[in-house]
Amino acid sequence: MGTPLIELVNVSKSFSGVQVLFDVNFKVQPNEIHCLVGENGAGKSTLMKILSGVYPYDEYEGEIRLEGYPVKFFGIKDSEKAGISIIHQDLSLVPEMTVYENIFLGNEIKKGNVIDVFEEIQRARELLSKVKGENINPTSKAKDLSVSMQQLVEIAKALSKNPKVLILDEPTSALSEAESENLLLLLKELKQQGVTIILISHRLKEVLQVADSITVLRDGRTVAYFDCKSEEVDEKKIINYMVGREITNLYPPQETKPSEEVALEVKNWSAIDHKTGRYLVKDVNLNIKKGEIVGLFGLVGAGRTELGLSLFGNPYRYLIRGEIILRGKKVHFKKPGDAIKHGMLYLTEDRKEKGLILINTIRENVTLSNLKALAKGLVVDETEEIAVAQDFQRKLNIKARNVEVKVSTLSGGNQQKVLVAKALFTEPEIIILDEPTRGIDVGAKYEIYMLMRQLASEGKAILLISSELPEILGMSDRIYVMSKGRITGELKAEEANQENVMAYAVS
Amino acid sequence: MKEFIQHLKSFLKEHVRDYAMFIALLAIMAVFAALSGGDFLSPVNISNLVDQTGYIAVLAIGETLIIVIRHIDLSVGFLSGFLGAIAAILMEFHHFSALTAIIIVLILGTLAGLLNGSLVAYLRIPAFVATLAGWLAYRGALLLATRGPGTIIISNKSFNAIGNGFIPDLPFSQNFLPGYHKLTLLIGVVGVILIIYFSLKNRRKQIKRGFDVLPWDIFIIKTAFIVALLLYLTFTLAAYRGISWTFVIVLIVTFIYSFITNRTVLGRHIYAVGGNPEAAALSGVNVTKITLIVFASMGFLSGLSGILFASRLQSATTTAGTLFEMYAIAGAYIGGVSAAGGVGKVVNSLVGAFVMTTLTNGMNLLGIDISLQYIILGIVLASAVIFDVATRSKGR
Repeated sequence: MGTPLIELVNVSKSFSGVQVLFDVNFKVQPNEIHCLVGENGAGKSTLMKILSGVYPYDEYEGEIRLEGYPVKFFGIKDSEKAGISIIHQDLSLVPEMTVYENIFLGNEIKKGNVIDVFEEIQRARELLSKVKGENINPTSKAKDLSVSMQQLVEIAKALSKNPKVLILDEPTSALSEAESENLLLLLKELKQQGVTIILISHRLKEVLQVADSITVLRDGRTVAYFDCKSEEVDEKKIINYMVGREITNLYPPQETKPSEEVALEVKNWSAIDHKTGRYLVKDVNLNIKKGEIVGLFGLVGAGRTELGLSLFGNPYRYLIRGEIILRGKKVHFKKPGDAIKHGMLYLTEDRKEKGLILINTIRENVTLSNLKALAKGLVVDETEEIAVAQDFQRKLNIKARNVEVKVSTLSGGNQQKVLVAKALFTEPEIIILDEPTRGIDVGAKYEIYMLMRQLASEGKAILLISSELPEILGMSDRIYVMSKGRITGELKAEEANQENVMAYAVS
Repeated sequence: MKEFIQHLKSFLKEHVRDYAMFIALLAIMAVFAALSGGDFLSPVNISNLVDQTGYIAVLAIGETLIIVIRHIDLSVGFLSGFLGAIAAILMEFHHFSALTAIIIVLILGTLAGLLNGSLVAYLRIPAFVATLAGWLAYRGALLLATRGPGTIIISNKSFNAIGNGFIPDLPFSQNFLPGYHKLTLLIGVVGVILIIYFSLKNRRKQIKRGFDVLPWDIFIIKTAFIVALLLYLTFTLAAYRGISWTFVIVLIVTFIYSFITNRTVLGRHIYAVGGNPEAAALSGVNVTKITLIVFASMGFLSGLSGILFASRLQSATTTAGTLFEMYAIAGAYIGGVSAAGGVGKVVNSLVGAFVMTTLTNGMNLLGIDISLQYIILGIVLASAVIFDVATRSKGR
């Protein structure tokens, strides 16, 4: 093998005294797809931020070598000049700006001192067709695009800088399986065109599908390097290195049978977007029994989240038709607070934007939904509150120094656990979990699955919304499939498989 | 010794934001004291300073909560002036008692705040625009109210005492410490004892819960510093005529608002709405209700501010309330409120308000030209916010 295109040698990095990377070695051969995997908090994003100059040269130890020669990046501009482009985990398009404005933001094409709009639109069109986004109109606003389209725009934006190396941090975590599939094909095609790709992903199936080589990080150390061309690599092998232990079963087995008593029934439920008049959810009928985990599968845009939110007090003010029957009684929720009072809870898929208050502490986040339970009169009993938060920290194994730590400093998995703790503190009887394991690592996932099983055995009714098919198949007692706002299929766990569920989802 | 320096360093690193306002205030005071040859620190001037801050301080406290929930209220200055004029009219032309006039004005203020809040919460009008409309309207209303006489002189003695009077002294104590206001001393000493008691209690509690606490040496220095400051203020005020009624009102308002923001469900919900409105709504917090309450409280405090100012001047004038909102907003920002929402402490805004009036008072005392005064105020405000932003982004 020749000189690696990129080599990181003995890189160490600390944040205010806490070391997060320990002598990490990392190398990428030219013109390959290299996958970087590891649990959340393993240091993947930090490592990539060093490589892309987000953390400047003097803030870490070790060396970056490009084609064998040591380089120093003092900022993102330096790494871009060297041909390294990064697409961060959270999309960073400006929603109110058009696609072409976003693509050339910071790199505007100018004629004299004036932006050459026509040239920009023309170039944007070329770039979009390169990423198979021919159907994206360069003049539409970013906010009007679906998540997967925005992802393509991000890639087009990165490609506009003609990078040698393209780094993608969790690009598929917000995409449905079909969309991810397309993205992976695109990555392979880009490789053909001579771009070297570094891909960070939690979805090991995808990793195995595209990787030429794989680096595994664990707790800030390089623990494995696989060359996929010369050795056999499978999911289990990678997971073992990632977690440092053997996980025999990804999904904990069911312990108790659901009861026959219906906890929640929804009849002829429709939700209409009041601006466009479009049906987001149409004529949905479903029920959940006590102690049952019901999976709700659908591709992105199928209306799953809208269904969950419209049931949960309808905070976005869709026009609603239909009825909710809770333990045999018809109810009407005007706002989420009403739903919480009736023992229903919706756990958002978007923990940063809609779930947590990042600048607040673990304690404050956990108790927010049900603060009145901790109040004597109007005053919050802080001693009791701390006890509650500490109790959840222990039960859910939230990794933090204490409960006074700001949530923004936690890793994704631990933030998700705080969100779950917050939900459980309202003592709900019916829990709608919207993508509860998105973007978190295998270990934390397993812990959340365990918790779901436990809640079910306590008689709670759970609706699990997910776009990860294995998760739906592994956890559900019964499965509903949604497509274009309607329920297109209902399956018992024993009769469901990848193929028939997917068939309903695309029908 | 080495250990002590270590402690001090880490303390400064982690808490520089929390105490910077206090240090800045002291530094400004020290500069004025030096330049004025001690006049600035004379008991009469300190007492004056406290009373001058009163009507801005209550507004700054209200504005803190408004900014915490990501809004702004520009109408409060002229609302305060207008409500002061209403109080004057009620007492002078309609012979209401001081108490009735005050109650009416506070209710009117609350209603005005509710109106602003409704525009923002129900009709979703940006607070800047809604309250700018209020700013214009109340300015007109104030001119209307004071048309004719121009200035309405208030003759009600008990009303005027709010802005100019002092708490009575203890009876039967003339011979003990003559020249000092004994009740003020007593309050100060009791305050010191309470502060020491609660700091120790709190520290013990936190250790028991396994939280990080300040090391002993720093803890002692910090407490001693606060105690010294409080004692100094007590003795200075006692050497003049004691604690003024204005100061009493400001302390009560500060105490109540601190308590609400730190300890109650309402307070927590306010910070939650500011920190992430969407997450708060999905947690069952009624965002509309919180917005209404915060604006109503702002209106109430505008009424209070109007009363404090009118009684201090013993009259209602056509220009009352001019620029009050700007001083209050500046005070809140100097106190470290974040425009991004969810961050800001009531007590710090009070200190911020003191910084603003201290600067004005001190510069007036030194006879600095008014044009230069505004420029300096602008520079101080900008530096405070720059400092705040710089130290905030460091704590990763």
